[in-house]
Amino acid sequence: MNTNRRKTLVIGAAALTGPFFIGSARAQGKKEIKLGQTMPYSGPASAYGTIGKLHQAYFKKINDEGGINGTKVNLISLDDGYSPPKTVEQVRKLVEQDEVDALFQTLGTPSNTAIHKYVNAKKVPHLFVATGATKWNDPKNYPWTFGFNLAYQTEGEIYAKYILKNRPNAKIAVLYQNDDYGKDVLAGLENVLKGDKAKMIVAKATYEVTDATVDSQILTLKASGADTMFNICTPKFSAQAIRRVYDSGWRPPLHIVNNVGASVGSVLIPAGLEKSEGIITVQYYKDESDPVWKDDRAMLEWRGFMGKFYPDGNVNDASNVYGYITAQVMTQVLRQCNGNFSRDNIKKQAESLKDWKSGLLLPGITVNTSATDHGPIDQAQLSKWDGKKWVLFGDVLGGGAA
Amino acid sequence: MVKPTLTPTQIGGMLLLAALACILPFVLSNYQVFQLTMALSYAIALLGLNMLTGYNGQISLGHGAFFAIGAYTAAILMDKANWPYWATIPVAGLVCLLAGFLFGLPALRLEGLYLALATFALGVAMPQILKYKGIEHWTGGSMGVVILKPEPPAGLPLNQDQWLYFFTLFWVVVLFVAAWNILRGRVGRALVAIRDHPIAAETMGINTAIYKSLTFGVSALYTGIAGALAAIGVQFASPDSFNVFLSLSLLVGVVVGGLASISGAFYGALFIQFVPNVADHISKAAPWAIYGVILIAIMYLMPSGVAGLLRRARARFAGKAGNRVVAPAAPAARDDVQLPISGKEAG
Repeated sequence: MNTNRRKTLVIGAAALTGPFFIGSARAQGKKEIKLGQTMPYSGPASAYGTIGKLHQAYFKKINDEGGINGTKVNLISLDDGYSPPKTVEQVRKLVEQDEVDALFQTLGTPSNTAIHKYVNAKKVPHLFVATGATKWNDPKNYPWTFGFNLAYQTEGEIYAKYILKNRPNAKIAVLYQNDDYGKDVLAGLENVLKGDKAKMIVAKATYEVTDATVDSQILTLKASGADTMFNICTPKFSAQAIRRVYDSGWRPPLHIVNNVGASVGSVLIPAGLEKSEGIITVQYYKDESDPVWKDDRAMLEWRGFMGKFYPDGNVNDASNVYGYITAQVMTQVLRQCNGNFSRDNIKKQAESLKDWKSGLLLPGITVNTSATDHGPIDQAQLSKWDGKKWVLFGDVLGGGAA
Repeated sequence: MVKPTLTPTQIGGMLLLAALACILPFVLSNYQVFQLTMALSYAIALLGLNMLTGYNGQISLGHGAFFAIGAYTAAILMDKANWPYWATIPVAGLVCLLAGFLFGLPALRLEGLYLALATFALGVAMPQILKYKGIEHWTGGSMGVVILKPEPPAGLPLNQDQWLYFFTLFWVVVLFVAAWNILRGRVGRALVAIRDHPIAAETMGINTAIYKSLTFGVSALYTGIAGALAAIGVQFASPDSFNVFLSLSLLVGVVVGGLASISGAFYGALFIQFVPNVADHISKAAPWAIYGVILIAIMYLMPSGVAGLLRRARARFAGKAGNRVVAPAAPAARDDVQLPISGKEAG
């Protein structure tokens, strides 16, 4: 009993005092570059945690190869469980206690919203956040924040330009998720289809993430007589919508599915591969399951990396391709720093990416930033589902209001 | 029955604690002060939940919902109506008092596990309710509400984090003194009597129905105020902040701290604030497994929570010193009564 109690006290004391000591040892001098990130390793979005694990493996590779011109990279990756209060706590730890040089790929729209003001007040580079919202590219009000993903709005603009060019008399029906994400993509569409072209959108319907199905919305849209279906849904609803459109006998000659809802595994297979035939979406990086890239040099290099540094990672998970590209971009920024890893210089280099290419991005797509553009990716290529695989077609397209 | 008052030792201990609480923000970094502020908010929520679960024997798996209501009340009043942050706290409390009382009325018919399930439903539903289109104009839907960080009053030599800490500490003191006054007297005895033997309690003339729904209301009031303080601390409220795990964490905090113990709320709050970080530090691969092991160890080594362990340690220490004047009287009215939850509610 006595020993038990002593143990208890030890554990208790460790539990109470531990957090105050952890990480209090500050880095002396500049022997390493410290990056920090929060990832949803637990909680509802934990599937994306693989991105953080891949990043750690990637920087291990970089360090094994000698680091960035001899300087090692230390990525501190913390779990926030996709809970914004936890993100705030962890990011404050990274900034105030670990004194990271920059934040890299903090994941999630709500999580990044919670720290947006804080990191900009603290002047910490908030690099390449892992979310597609358009608001991250706002250097005027948030000079320290950088997006990465093809912004939802840009994606909407690309579809709109495609429609204008190929089906100028289209009657468009839109189904979108009633939140920032859905409205963002729709805003892109409406940016291009404005003025007298606004009439092209003949019907709009929304659903809530809490809804059970989108069946009634699809029937309403069908009844509008539209000949173009624009599907801005997350995977579960996207699959429902594709299936319902087909089963209701509505065969719109053009069915666009936004990139979020166009995954083969979580959308097209549940919806029915043949029911999905003819669907159009955009892509900006190579699809690891696409046989076209089987012997692609960059893909082989990526597979080699996965085998050697991240053998637990799933080579059929697109997140691992995505994470690899973002880590490459981060590495490029650090190389450009030329030994000066001050926060100011990291920010300056992050906005000085010029036509930078990764072998995993689709050919022709380049990464560009500037002091007035904090969105690295703003191009994509259209892709059509032929019943068995995505087939890229047409040129690489950019956003903008045509 | 005479109300037990504090012994000189206890008063001394509290003064020491108060002094420590006032010094800490000046020796710790701002980030640590922020963590302590969050822990203080959790302590208020845990005290509220402990009234309901520890003293009154009603198990709630959905107190995160009241935490959320309090947080959103404060956030919306500040963001849409431009209220000053300090004025939103009492309103958040009152809104939750009402919500808790109204939820408590039908919940009267439910006991033990059934009540636990009903409250669980509330906790699970809350994040989605907050995204509902009809109230999106106020709640910001899934994007939540961003709050400006309060500035310390002009003239005080404090930074924002230190000021927020003291602001939260003020509410902690007010609410803990209030709880101590409520729980050590007639009301506290009535709550414990209802928990231990509802029929006997009714025979003694206690209006079980009113007491139980009022306890629900007051418990929600505490949790709502905690939610408002936490939201101001984090400067953000969104549906993802108040998932069902928060509700479960609160219950874990109550049990780890010590059921039916006022001081236990602090230990529980430190646990839910810091142990996940410790676990994350020990193992990156399986932090929640480590968390689980720590939890099991605590339950095994401290079956009556941290407060219970300290009480036993104190009693033994006092016994060794040959000083056996450990007040045996009025156990139900003591801050730290150690009564097991009886049969039915133990579920």
